[in-house]
Amino acid sequence: MITEKVMFFVFASVLVFAALRVITARNPVHSALFLVLAFFSSSALWILLQAEFLAITLVLVYVGAVMVLFLFVVMMLDINLTKLREGFIKYLPVGATVALLIIAEMIIVLNANFGANKITSPMIHGPGYSNTAAIGGVMYTDYLYPFEIAAVILLVAIIAAIVLTLRRKVGAKSQSPAAQVQVRKSDRLRVVKMPVERKEIGQ
Amino acid sequence: MIPLSYYLILGAILFCLSVAGIFINRKNVIILLMSIELMLLAVNMNFIAFSHYMNDIAGQVFVFFILTVAAAEAAIGLAILVVLYRNKSTINVDDLDSMKG
Repeated sequence: MITEKVMFFVFASVLVFAALRVITARNPVHSALFLVLAFFSSSALWILLQAEFLAITLVLVYVGAVMVLFLFVVMMLDINLTKLREGFIKYLPVGATVALLIIAEMIIVLNANFGANKITSPMIHGPGYSNTAAIGGVMYTDYLYPFEIAAVILLVAIIAAIVLTLRRKVGAKSQSPAAQVQVRKSDRLRVVKMPVERKEIGQ
Repeated sequence: MIPLSYYLILGAILFCLSVAGIFINRKNVIILLMSIELMLLAVNMNFIAFSHYMNDIAGQVFVFFILTVAAAEAAIGLAILVVLYRNKSTINVDDLDSMKG
């Protein structure tokens, strides 16, 4: 079990380092890339906790989609970095104090009489155990309504993101299918009655 | 065997770092959004640790829903950010005071 401990400490220290760099990096692109590193190492930690499905979901959804979106936006915006870093030193003491206070309180609580130490032996699942099947087993039965609501939330997010960023260009030409369908023959076609034209012979 | 409290302390450290990130990067909306993502990651870490140590799969289902909502939140937040930048040419929080809040 010493390997497990070593792996935990390696991934945990990488995770904490990456999180620290996310909030202190000068360039937002570096912050986004360190956030990717943080997601990867926490995904490794979740695999240590035998939550493979969520670990892979984290990599696929977060690293693959959300962080790419972040990187797109960061690179698209032309921002003045020095102006945005102005209050960094000014707010550093406050931020560090609050963070250290919270962490000290949490460690005291967790180590003293929280009761977490009593839970020491989690059930280690064997090789035939499928984490994905276990999650799916409850998600489609007990948590069916929350699952459907989550789907609706994603739909709302899609519509909201599109509507927010939709930009109608002035003077852009487009077709109107309704007008195209409703058009009648009499609107477009005019039959004109006229006498037959004759070509004079001999000229 | 790794005790449960190690994972909880790790989650607490992550959460504190993201709180500090919100404090010290309060001008840059992008870093603020990233700090919120980090915060949700810390919460998810606690959920999964408890789920594993108490042998209850419900914690992992909750993490799944948190991931869903966080993805939606990131998408809408970044869309708002893009519209904001298009209209005001800045993402500095100090300049975003048109609502007089």
